[in-house]
Amino acid sequence: MFDNVWLIPLFPLIGFLINGLLGKKIKNETVIGGIASLAVFGSFIVSCKTFLGLISLPADKRVVDVKIFSWITAGNFNADIAFLIDPLSCLMILIVTGIGFLIHIYSIGYMHGEDGFYRFFAYLNLFIFSMLLLVLGNNLLLMFVGWEGVGLCSYLLIGYYFKKKSAGDAGKKAFVMNRVGDFGFLLGIFGLFWYLGQNHNVWTVQFTELSNSAHLLPTGGIVTFITLCFFLGATGKSAQIPLYTWLPDAMEGPTPVSALIHAATMVTAGVYMIGRMSYIFVRAPETMVVVAVVGACTALFAATIGTAQNDIKRVLAYSTVSQLGYMVLAMGVGAFTAGVFHLMTHAFFKACLFLGSGAVIHSMHGALHHVHSHDDAQDMRNMGGLKKYMPLTFLTFLIATIAIAGIPGFSGFFSKDEILWQAFANPLHGGLNTFLWAMGAVAAGLTAFYMFRLVFMTFFGETRIKAGAEKYLHESPMVIVIPLIVLAALSIVGGYVGIPKLIGDVFGGIPNYLEHYLHPVFANANAYMAAHAHTAHHSHALEWGLMGTSVVIALIGISIAAFLYLVNPTLPAKFTATFPGLHRAVYNKWYIDELYDFVIVNPCKTLGRFLWRGFDVVVIDGLVNGVAHVVMAFGGVVRYLQTGQVYSYAWTMAFGVVVIIGYYLFK
Amino acid sequence: MDNLSNYLILSAVLFSIGTIGVLVRRNIIVMFMCIELMLNAVNLTFVALSRHLGNLDGQVFVFFIMTVAAAEAAVGLAMFIAFFNNRESIDADDASLMKW
Repeated sequence: MFDNVWLIPLFPLIGFLINGLLGKKIKNETVIGGIASLAVFGSFIVSCKTFLGLISLPADKRVVDVKIFSWITAGNFNADIAFLIDPLSCLMILIVTGIGFLIHIYSIGYMHGEDGFYRFFAYLNLFIFSMLLLVLGNNLLLMFVGWEGVGLCSYLLIGYYFKKKSAGDAGKKAFVMNRVGDFGFLLGIFGLFWYLGQNHNVWTVQFTELSNSAHLLPTGGIVTFITLCFFLGATGKSAQIPLYTWLPDAMEGPTPVSALIHAATMVTAGVYMIGRMSYIFVRAPETMVVVAVVGACTALFAATIGTAQNDIKRVLAYSTVSQLGYMVLAMGVGAFTAGVFHLMTHAFFKACLFLGSGAVIHSMHGALHHVHSHDDAQDMRNMGGLKKYMPLTFLTFLIATIAIAGIPGFSGFFSKDEILWQAFANPLHGGLNTFLWAMGAVAAGLTAFYMFRLVFMTFFGETRIKAGAEKYLHESPMVIVIPLIVLAALSIVGGYVGIPKLIGDVFGGIPNYLEHYLHPVFANANAYMAAHAHTAHHSHALEWGLMGTSVVIALIGISIAAFLYLVNPTLPAKFTATFPGLHRAVYNKWYIDELYDFVIVNPCKTLGRFLWRGFDVVVIDGLVNGVAHVVMAFGGVVRYLQTGQVYSYAWTMAFGVVVIIGYYLFK
Repeated sequence: MDNLSNYLILSAVLFSIGTIGVLVRRNIIVMFMCIELMLNAVNLTFVALSRHLGNLDGQVFVFFIMTVAAAEAAVGLAMFIAFFNNRESIDADDASLMKW
C-alpha cells in the first residue's frame, strides 16, 4: 500500500539536483521555478495518496514502517533508511509539501529577476527533501540527518543575499545557535540508546521499538536528563528561550524563506520531535514542567517584544517565536494533539501573513525604487493606507490576522483555545496551571494587539510613503496572490478539523476529527498520563468561562490597537515619550542580544583571541617553527660535506669501503 | 687449477690500479677507463672462481657485467660529449657546481 512512499522525498531531491547542477545553464526562470514547483507538487500528490491509504486502515493499524534499504548494521544495532507512516508524519508531510508547493509558486513571482534564481530554488527543494526526511524517518538517526539538513538549508537561505554582511551574520548566528541545540539532541540520542541497551538489552533508535520499550524506562532520573537533552535540541530548532534570538535575525532571508522555513515548517521540527517522543517525555515529570514553563515564558516574552517593532517582518518573527511557545506549552502540559493542531493552523495563517508581508514589501520596494528613495521598504512607519492599493493582499492578510488573534470561527481560535484550556486543566502541573494559563492568556491579548497594530499601521490610515511613490503601489501578480488566497481559506477552515468537544456538543456532537486521527500516535503517552496523574474534573461552565475570557482578552487587545493606531495615531508617540525607558527596552528586544553578547559571545571571542594570539601563535607555531629551526641549523653545518668535487666523493667512497672491509677483516 | 691465486692476485692488482686511477686522475675519460678496468678485474675473478668451483654461475655473471658495461659506456660517452659542449673541458674539477 505504501510502496511508493520513497517517491515523496525523491522528487524534491531530483529537483535539487537538476536546479543545483544545471540551473545556471538553464537560465529560464519559468523552467527553473517550474521544475522546483513540480517536484514538490509530485511529493504532495504522493503524500495525499499516502494519507488516503492511511485513513483507509483501521485505527489501530495506522503505524506502518516502510523500509527502503539497510543503512547501518553493526552487531545488535540497526538503522535503516526507512519511513514511518503514521497519522503524525502523514499530517506533517501534507503540511510540508502542501504549503511548500504554494510557497514555491509564490517564489516564482517574488524572486523574479533576482541574482541566483536557480540557487534559491535548488536550496528550497533541498530544504523540502531534508524536512521530509526529518518527519518521515523511522529512527532517531535518520531524523537527525533531516534535522541537520534543514539547519543547513536554513543557513544557506538566510544568507541568500550573501553580499549583505548582515545576512551572512544572521545565517551564521542561526547555524551556531542551532548547533548548540543539536548538541543536546545528539546527547539525548546517545543517552537513550545507551540506557536502554545497557540496562534492558534493547539496542535501538527506531521509534516503534522505542515506543514498545518505553515502559522499561524509569520515571524521572536518567529519563529527565535524556529528555532535557532532547528539549535543548527542540529549543534550538523551535526558537524557544534561551535559544530563540536567531529567528528574528533570520528575517534577513528572502520572505518566502521566512514563510516556509522560519514560520510554517522547519521551526516546528522541535515541537514535532517532542510529539514524536511523547511517550518518553511524559515519563519525566520535571522535564514536562520545564517544557511547559519555557513554552509559556517564550509565548509571553516574545509577544511583548512584538508590540514595539517597526519592521513588518520582525513583528511576524516575534509572533512566530511566541506561537511556537504556545505549541511547546501544549507539549509541556501533555496536550500533544492541541500542540500539533496549533502547529497546523499556525502553518496556515503564519505562512499567509509572511507571504502577505512579502507582497507588501515587494510592492513598497518597487514604488520606492521608482522615485529613487532609500526609505526602508519593510518599515511600517513608511507604509499606511495600503488597503486601497492592494485589496486582495489586504483581505487575505486580515483573515490570517483574525485567525492568529483567536477570534471565534477562525482556525487560530480553536487551536489556541484548546492549548489554553489544557494549560489550565491538565493533570500534570498542579498549582502551576493557573500561571501557565494566565501567561498564555496575556500573550494571546498581546498577540491580538501587535497583529492588529501591524494591520492598522500597514493597511489603514494615511499613506505615509514618500510623496509621489504611491502611484507606483500596485497589487501583486496572480502567481503571488493565488497562494495567499489558498492560505487564507485554509486559515479559516483549517480549525474545523479540531473543534473542541465542548463546542462540538452544542452543534449536535461534531467530533474532534484531529484528536481521533492522532490518537494512535499519542496513545502510549496518554495511557501513561491517565495511569499516573490524577485528572481533575472541571465543569463545563468553567471551560466556557475561560474560553470567553480569552476571546474578551483578544478583543481588548484589538480595541487597544484600534484606539492607539486608528483613532488616535498621535497617542503612541506620546506614550513612548512618557515611558522612554520602557519603550527603549522593548524596542531593543529587552537587550537580550546584548546580554548574550556580553555573557557568552564576547568571552568566547576573548578566549578565542587568547588561544589564537597566545596559544596558537606562541606555543603551537613556536613548536613547529622551532623544530624547523633546529633542522636548519644542523643542515647549515653538515651541508659543507657536499663539496661538489667528484674526486672528494670518490675518495670518501673509497675510504668508506676500506673502513667497512677493514672492520669485517679485523673484528 | 693450483694457480687460482695467480689469477686472483692479477685481478687484485688490476682492481687497485683502476681504483687509484679513478682517485688520482682528473681527466674524466681516463677515470672512465679506470672504472672499466675495475669491472674487468672483477670479471676475471668471476671467471677464475667459476672454473675453480666448476660452477657456471660466475660466467653468466660476467656476461651480464659486460652487457651493462657496454650500455654504461654509451651513456657515459654521451654525457662527456654534453659536458664538453658546455664547458669545453673534460676535467672532472670543472664539474663542481653540485655543492652547497
